[in-house]
Amino acid sequence: MKIVVLIKQVPDTTEVKLDKKTGNLIREGVDSIVNPDDRQALELALQLKDDCQAMVTAVSMGPPQAVDVLSEALGMGCDAAVLLTDRAFAGADTWATSTTLGKAIEKIGDFDLILCGYQAIDGDTAQTGPQIAEYLGLPQACYVDNIENVEAGKITVTRRNDEGYERLSLTLPALLTVSKITVAPRYPMMGNLIDAGCEDAAIQIWNAVDIGALNSELGMEGSLTQVVKTFSPKTKRAGELLEGDVPEMVSELLGKVRQAHLI
Amino acid sequence: MGVWIDSELCNGCKRCLKACPYDAVAMRGDKAVILEHCTACGACIEACRQDAVKTDVVAREIPDFSDHRGVWVLAEAQGGELNPVSLELLGEAQELARTLGQKVGVILPGWDIAGLAPTLARFGAAKICLAEDKALATYRVEIYTEIVAELVAEYKPDILLIGATSRGRELAPRLARRLKAGLTADCTMLEIDPDEKILLQTRPAFGGNVMATIASRYSRPQMATVRPGVMQPCECEGSQAEIINHLVKVPETPAVAAAKVLEVVREAKRKVRLNEAKVIVAGGRGTGGEMGFKLIEKLAEGFGGEVAGTRIAVEEGWVPVERQVGQTGQAVRPELYIACGISGAVQHRAGMQDSRYIIAINKDPGAPIFSVADWGIVGDLHQIIPEMLTQMAL
Repeated sequence: MKIVVLIKQVPDTTEVKLDKKTGNLIREGVDSIVNPDDRQALELALQLKDDCQAMVTAVSMGPPQAVDVLSEALGMGCDAAVLLTDRAFAGADTWATSTTLGKAIEKIGDFDLILCGYQAIDGDTAQTGPQIAEYLGLPQACYVDNIENVEAGKITVTRRNDEGYERLSLTLPALLTVSKITVAPRYPMMGNLIDAGCEDAAIQIWNAVDIGALNSELGMEGSLTQVVKTFSPKTKRAGELLEGDVPEMVSELLGKVRQAHLI
Repeated sequence: MGVWIDSELCNGCKRCLKACPYDAVAMRGDKAVILEHCTACGACIEACRQDAVKTDVVAREIPDFSDHRGVWVLAEAQGGELNPVSLELLGEAQELARTLGQKVGVILPGWDIAGLAPTLARFGAAKICLAEDKALATYRVEIYTEIVAELVAEYKPDILLIGATSRGRELAPRLARRLKAGLTADCTMLEIDPDEKILLQTRPAFGGNVMATIASRYSRPQMATVRPGVMQPCECEGSQAEIINHLVKVPETPAVAAAKVLEVVREAKRKVRLNEAKVIVAGGRGTGGEMGFKLIEKLAEGFGGEVAGTRIAVEEGWVPVERQVGQTGQAVRPELYIACGISGAVQHRAGMQDSRYIIAINKDPGAPIFSVADWGIVGDLHQIIPEMLTQMAL
């Protein structure tokens, strides 16, 4: 069985802080990490490797430094990795991203299963996975938290939804987006990490030409959506800070709450 | 291709720095420079008043979309019941359609749905397209993509709104790819650009500390998903709707044939509809854990309200996911929202800032939650809440 896992390097948004003067994001000193849902996708893939000798290839699209997340993937136990990096990929929306990753997967060619995280913490769109499934004409299951089994060319999974959960059977090849699995993703092993850092590490680097893509279908140029403007979130009301000791503040607060007929 | 700054013309005003969504402009001395990770989005070009930002990116031609008309909603129903988000989207669609001078349409795929048409009409749909078939009784994204794509191709809407439910968030991207249309997820504000007459879609972005306004100039329909609770339904009296019954033929594509639902399990506890609560008491990282949430539960009980939490509180397991408020949880607008130990990241604020009254209790006087609160108390919730309970005689 051959598995492709799509992973993304993201800023650790739990560390991101606002510059109090400018209201802008302070990105300096913020670590880059493997997107949390993508680590869970890696874990599910590697469990299949443990159980049925699957061969796992990690793929990431990003700037050259995104090679770090692929080293981590190799460290966790992936067999091979592909970095998609090209200036032409920059500024892609999910449409252009799914084109790029879709073409890379077509180039890999031989696969039974594609796994990726449900969503990335820097964008929170959850769009890229389903769009790759559509690009490749594959069945999809989103929000998968467990793979029950893989048998006779079919995979059985459970996935969460707003009402509860569903058990689905998909004929392979298929695409799953993964979130909230029950076990913690494994840590990279030191030996593997050292190998991943070697010159002959199993990381291939592909650009636009390698995946046979035209610049007009990639990056900003190939995107269907554009950012028109960005701004700091509006603050609608000026908060009135209550003063005094605890009983005084609480008493004043409850007075206001009663005045507004909220109790 | 790229963007660069003519340092002769740059006067160091830093407008481009502020405009850049990607932090890809920096000051070198008193001149701005474009950094390596620039995506050539062009935001700085528009911001510059000195005409100092230069580009060799050729402006893309916008195709003629005059044959696309109407603001449409993809409604969602299950077991003969509409998802409330569909009516909320119809409320927003009425506003947008009024601005554009267009009509509101709705597509409803499913089974046992014919009885829902009057409700859709009452909440603003002028054209109702029902795609009713037993094959649609159990939701499968592959089949729904086929059916909805066919209807969108037939009715050519200018705008298509979809609820960001678990189904919608799975179906919308696949559908957008099929339709070759741009899609923006989890919009918190939608408006029509007065000049271009295009849909401006605003959502939190870049780690959530920035709001981004996004446009889909190069494709139709302009597609956006919106979280439940963000928009308001709007009933209109005496409205007549044209009802079209669409004959459903499910194509046997490989993807459709490849997916089978084995079991559907509904969990009653996941049905907490926070947005129906009058009072919500919510906790975040500052609650410190279960002890803090015990206090929050008591306070919620005292107000006859519901308990909610931030993403962190959910991830820590202090509060179940169906009680998460914010960008990735539910959007709520109760009469009173009491935020305890919540710093107020924009993702959280996006889900609660439309509440009628907001109380914030936090140790850090600089916490952004205070900027959206009506009343704030700087202090330890472990002291404040017990005092509130005492004074409320609870």
